[in-house]
Amino acid sequence: MNWLMTLRIALRALGRNKLRSFLTMLGIIIGVGAVIAMVAIGEGAKATIRSQIASLGTNVLVVLPGTLTQGGVRGGTGGVNTLLDSDARAIRQEIAAVSFASPVLRRQEQVIAGNLNWGTLTQGVAPEFQQIRDWQIESGRFVHDGDIESAAKVAIIGQTVVTNLFGNDDPIDSVIRIRNIPFRVVGVLAGKGQSAQGTDQDDTVMIPYTTMQKRLMRITHVQSIVVKAVSAERVVEAQEQMTALLRQRHRIGPDREDDFMVRNLSDIAEAAQSTARVMAVLLGSVAGISLLVGGIGIMNIMLVSVTERTSEIGIRMAVGARGRDIMMQFLVEAAVMAATGGGIGILLGIGSSEVLKFWANWPTLVSPSIVAIAFLFSGAVGVFFGFYPAKKASTLDPIEALRYE
Amino acid sequence: MSELIRVENVHKIYRMGEVEVPALRGVSVVIERGEFVAVMGASGSGKSTFMNILGCLDHPTSGKYFLEGEEVGSLSRNEWAHLRNKRIGFVFQGFNLLARTSAVENVELPMMYNGYAGKRRHERALDVLALVGLGNRVDHLPNQLSGGQQQRVAIARALVNRPSLILADEPTGNLDSATSGEIMALFERLNVEQGMTIILVTHEPDIAVHARRQIQFKDGLVVSDRLNEAVTGLAQPQGI
Repeated sequence: MNWLMTLRIALRALGRNKLRSFLTMLGIIIGVGAVIAMVAIGEGAKATIRSQIASLGTNVLVVLPGTLTQGGVRGGTGGVNTLLDSDARAIRQEIAAVSFASPVLRRQEQVIAGNLNWGTLTQGVAPEFQQIRDWQIESGRFVHDGDIESAAKVAIIGQTVVTNLFGNDDPIDSVIRIRNIPFRVVGVLAGKGQSAQGTDQDDTVMIPYTTMQKRLMRITHVQSIVVKAVSAERVVEAQEQMTALLRQRHRIGPDREDDFMVRNLSDIAEAAQSTARVMAVLLGSVAGISLLVGGIGIMNIMLVSVTERTSEIGIRMAVGARGRDIMMQFLVEAAVMAATGGGIGILLGIGSSEVLKFWANWPTLVSPSIVAIAFLFSGAVGVFFGFYPAKKASTLDPIEALRYE
Repeated sequence: MSELIRVENVHKIYRMGEVEVPALRGVSVVIERGEFVAVMGASGSGKSTFMNILGCLDHPTSGKYFLEGEEVGSLSRNEWAHLRNKRIGFVFQGFNLLARTSAVENVELPMMYNGYAGKRRHERALDVLALVGLGNRVDHLPNQLSGGQQQRVAIARALVNRPSLILADEPTGNLDSATSGEIMALFERLNVEQGMTIILVTHEPDIAVHARRQIQFKDGLVVSDRLNEAVTGLAQPQGI
């Protein structure tokens, strides 16, 4: 008995009981469809979180000024002015686990261009800020080392600012005014969209931090230092070394509290990603259970079918079918049902995740590997749950089977 | 004539829990190629057990069964399946055709288990159906055929692999007497024209008279084994 013939016999047997075959397949269809749709939802959520975290800048650490305690009054975060741009340089130069570091100063400012004005976040940064935040330049350039040295009056503006101050005009080499100081626009930032907190990251103007210190804020300290570790694995190492270095630089004795804090964005990223992962695993396993239930449905129907077709099995054995032939016949039947169900389930799963994406705006993501896995798994479910009924059929006594009414 | 079947001192004992029920208690029979044998006896006489052993469906508890000179009583299930496919054609009382499967496909069934190619298989099945007189009913389903026609399909299925013998278990048990006569005439024709060895189980003397040799079972033993005088001209002369 060759494969093609076995397959044809199986198809014919299934075709004789169309409704029953379909209902049996339905378990697998729903199971596979659910696995694909659920995993697509989970993967979509994971991808969204990943891209949000990536837009924050991966491996990023932030050093903030600490608490100033005077006579028992604790002033809250940012109370001291001890962070300096030289701290940023020292971190960058002395810690191997750090690849980039930039001082940051921020203030909401009113920006004027021609007859338009716009309130936006003005940030004083160093050239390395671009690498730390993975921020692309759409046109022009970012802050230079030369701008820092000369406290140059140059500005790099975000997309939202471009829209509100220049419309469709090219802003490069235009002049904008902040607190009546003219700045030449030398670059336009590429759009970065919303942050995880929902703030518009493109609504910003960046200028050299030295310019911000000397010309706008008239201070000598910096508000924070953003640092990029060389890899996610070395974030903790970088954090520890930065703490030690800053304590030393700020001359903090062993029994005194830090006058700064090192915040680690990868903690947030880790938490968000593990939440998404847990959700994906939960969704996937619920769907997997329904696939298992579908498999049990196949086993149930195959057992009924073996009993019902006892006399057929007897006839086949009498005319020369070996146990193996009978077993293959039922196994192929179960596998065909499971695989057909799996195929329909894949279409259903992809279809429903597309529908969710379109109508509910859920960021679903169907990965080809899960489609392949779901299909193979459904075939395996068919063979696994078909095995016992098939084995039972193949070991029937032909005399008993022939006598069966 | 050459020897086709040799059964030597076959015993068959069924175990029903603690009790041992002997179904055959030492049966020895030799059947030549080309014979037409009726196996008779009341129910429980052991004739069905005897047929199951001849049909390679059941192992003898002791004793030997030679088919075409080869000891086959102790072969494995798979070897038996092969023997049943190649050398034995079965005809049953209840026809035992596959439902919702056309006559010609029913006849093709045994050939599916020995690797006959599709076209040759189909042509052979059509030939055999024509031989049993059903050349015009090949695409009918069993439930569209009369009992006699269904039994003809079953006979065609038994013949299709050119077996050494046909085992027919009460082949007319579900048929009226006119149709029974037609089926028996077909068996006689196959025996005479094709030289087919036929072993037929029946408890009806009217049916047994068509056979040339009658073996009578009682309580697991052969109680009589004689040639049938009624089939004149074919029976070997006795007592001359």
